Amino acid sequence: MMKILVAVKRVIDYNVQIRVKSDGSGVETENVKMSMNPPDENAVEEALRIKESGKAEEVIVLSIGNEKSQETIRTGLAMGADKGIFVKANDNCEPLSIAKIMKKIIEKEKPQIVLMGKQAIDDDCNQTGQMLSALVEWPQATFASKLEIKDSTLFVTREIDEGLEKIEINLPAVITCDLRLNEPRYASLPNIMKAKKKPIETLSAEDLEIDTSPRIKLIKVEEPSKRKKGIMVNNVSELVQKLKHEAKVI
Amino acid sequence: MVQIYKAPLKDMKFLIRDFINSESNKIYKNSNIEQNDLEMILDEAAKLCEEILLPINQSGDIEGCKLEHGIVSTPKGFKEAYKNFTENGWQGVSVNEKYGGQNLPYFLNMFLDEMISSSNMSFGLYPGLTSNAIEAIEKNASEDIKNLYLPKLASGEWSGTMNLTEPQCGTDLGLTKTMATPQKDGSYKLTGTKIFITCGEHDLSKNIIHLVLAKTPNAPKGIKGISLFIVPKIIPNSDGTLGENNSLECGSIEKKMGINASPTCVMHYNEATGWLIGDLNKGMKAMFIMMNGARLMVGVQGLGMAEIAYQSALHYAKERLQGRSLNGSKSLDKQADPILVHPEIRKNLLKIKTLTEGLRGLMAWTGLQVDIAKIEKDKFNKQNADDWVSLMTPIIKSFATDVGCEATNLAVQIYGGHGYIKDHGIEQLVRDARIAPIYEGTNGIQALDLVGRKMPMHTGRLLKSFFHEVKEYIEKNSFNYNLKDFMPLLIKSYTRLQQVTAFIAAEGLKDPDEAAGAAVDYLKMFALVSIGYVWTKYAEISFNKLNNDPEGFYKAKIESGKYYMTKLLPETGSLMSSILSGAKSYNKYNDEYFDLGFKI
Repeated sequence: MMKILVAVKRVIDYNVQIRVKSDGSGVETENVKMSMNPPDENAVEEALRIKESGKAEEVIVLSIGNEKSQETIRTGLAMGADKGIFVKANDNCEPLSIAKIMKKIIEKEKPQIVLMGKQAIDDDCNQTGQMLSALVEWPQATFASKLEIKDSTLFVTREIDEGLEKIEINLPAVITCDLRLNEPRYASLPNIMKAKKKPIETLSAEDLEIDTSPRIKLIKVEEPSKRKKGIMVNNVSELVQKLKHEAKVI
Repeated sequence: MVQIYKAPLKDMKFLIRDFINSESNKIYKNSNIEQNDLEMILDEAAKLCEEILLPINQSGDIEGCKLEHGIVSTPKGFKEAYKNFTENGWQGVSVNEKYGGQNLPYFLNMFLDEMISSSNMSFGLYPGLTSNAIEAIEKNASEDIKNLYLPKLASGEWSGTMNLTEPQCGTDLGLTKTMATPQKDGSYKLTGTKIFITCGEHDLSKNIIHLVLAKTPNAPKGIKGISLFIVPKIIPNSDGTLGENNSLECGSIEKKMGINASPTCVMHYNEATGWLIGDLNKGMKAMFIMMNGARLMVGVQGLGMAEIAYQSALHYAKERLQGRSLNGSKSLDKQADPILVHPEIRKNLLKIKTLTEGLRGLMAWTGLQVDIAKIEKDKFNKQNADDWVSLMTPIIKSFATDVGCEATNLAVQIYGGHGYIKDHGIEQLVRDARIAPIYEGTNGIQALDLVGRKMPMHTGRLLKSFFHEVKEYIEKNSFNYNLKDFMPLLIKSYTRLQQVTAFIAAEGLKDPDEAAGAAVDYLKMFALVSIGYVWTKYAEISFNKLNNDPEGFYKAKIESGKYYMTKLLPETGSLMSSILSGAKSYNKYNDEYFDLGFKI
């Protein structure tokens, strides 16, 4: 029977209106509602469904980041996952560091499927799954919107620009999930209470000997400039003139 | 655009973290939970309310319930919502773990009920009535009945109802006619008609468990001859599987002003099989045990309605562009200013906001006292907590449901014509909120309970639970410079309340009609002072948090508090004047004069 590892990220809740810090060093996260990254919820849901169908016996939720990431693990446990792993690391770890940490966890836990969201809604990187697949030399299926397991083969439907792509890959594999994959369940009240008693193993990036220092230098974060008020033009030639000389787009 | 609602999680968490935290720790310890757990539960419940219950609030009102061949069908989406609600364990929030519940604190349950009431008051009645039934059974029934019924009720597989009212009796249950005849096997056969039975029949649960007040053949007359019976729609076998249909039916459902997605049933019992709950002729006592809880929860409904009214009206006030600010245009890039610029709109919004936030704290504190009374070992502390709850129950029930009505009406006013038409769902809020001052003891009855029962009880001991606490607080904080805009106003209103209390106590001894006449005004005064006390405490807490307040949450609390203390609390002055002028102007008014204007 197999294990499933699900990676979840703590991000600013999708309902929150993002505010940029006044010094331009990032966005405000103090006193802001944080939640599990939405496509990661799809990943947890899918893992639970695979387990409920009898094809897996354990679902492990992994989160990497500051202490508060444990709350996100708890959310996964409250949805029904069996145990959690928390790897303490500095905020804003880059995808490559995350993928390297995940590789270590995979070596330790030996899951057959790794599920995660296709991207996080905060930095929109969309890289970790792909990098992890390369590091562990497993096949990958990204943007999965349907998943079927037969023996050691995964039948995956992928959301791509041209439409839907159906592929077959062998296990073990890395899957990144699209929002269309399923509808994540609500955590039930008994499961929220049970989640308290489920184990969360705590590690740190240093324990795993992964250097998480950033390779990218953040220069400045600023809000997109406000849309300027429009003007009415009298005719087409005036429009063309303005596009040419003022907006300089043609 | 439709009704706007997001659970006020930040405000609830403020209450948990900053307002009741001084005393809530012992509750956490006792039920083996942590503050974090509560917050996670609130987050999850909020999702359910916002995403499942709110979207079927307006459609449920329009569609309503239908009765065909004795079967009531609920509006579209209600079955799925009920399934979601019960399968996720929300029916069992405060039920004992022994019966499959979670035994969580009562104050938490109040927060959850508020969210449910805001997002769908009609829906909330189904699990709400089941909760009442669970409490009545848990506190009164035999072990056999508890073991058979409670697990199914706690899971929501079965639902519950309360059958009190009959066509000839509502407030005065001594007039009950429904007859329960004892059978050889220890059961009873019940015959009679009950009316106004909320969720008496519906298609959400597999069985419906009716708790019915009835008289046995030789029972004493009046209120002392009433007993409580459990009468299931389908008689369960001893293993909990469903057996035969009982001989009872829903004769009709009422057409009513609001809460249209919950059926209000006429129930006919025709030699229906039932079993006695608690002692013979002690049915009213059994009812009273659960009445405090039920009344507090109706108060919570009032608060819930006020909250959704506030959020909807605020949203509209920011979006609706109409006219210009009298003090120079505020939105030059737009054709007009949002109506939020107008003083009257701001005043009304702040009125709802400060009343709801103040009430929420008063309720959380009272809910916490319910929890403390349950676990407290020290006799004095337990009694003090019990006294606080008994005293505050009629005040909260009555005042919060009045606020629910006022707030929903103000929301319609802010929406103008768009509130009066049905499209936005705002007039629905007025109709739904309107039941709360009526059921579970009208607000007039609540005021009589306060003045006639709670005030003289144990020679004024209940009053002391409030007066002493506030007095101590005043003594401690009189010279708190931070509270300079709060304390004088709190002290003034507190003194007025003391003065009026003494007046009513003295006049009431001479003429009970004097006390009864002042009851409603007095209850309002009491509520206003209690909420003034809550706002003063909010301010005290908030001043200490200003150094880490990036969003201005605590700053806003202080500013809101100032509004409440200067604009709403002074009403205690006019209430006092009215009370002190006595009740003669209406009590002694000649009955003949009432109709002189139109009598031929």
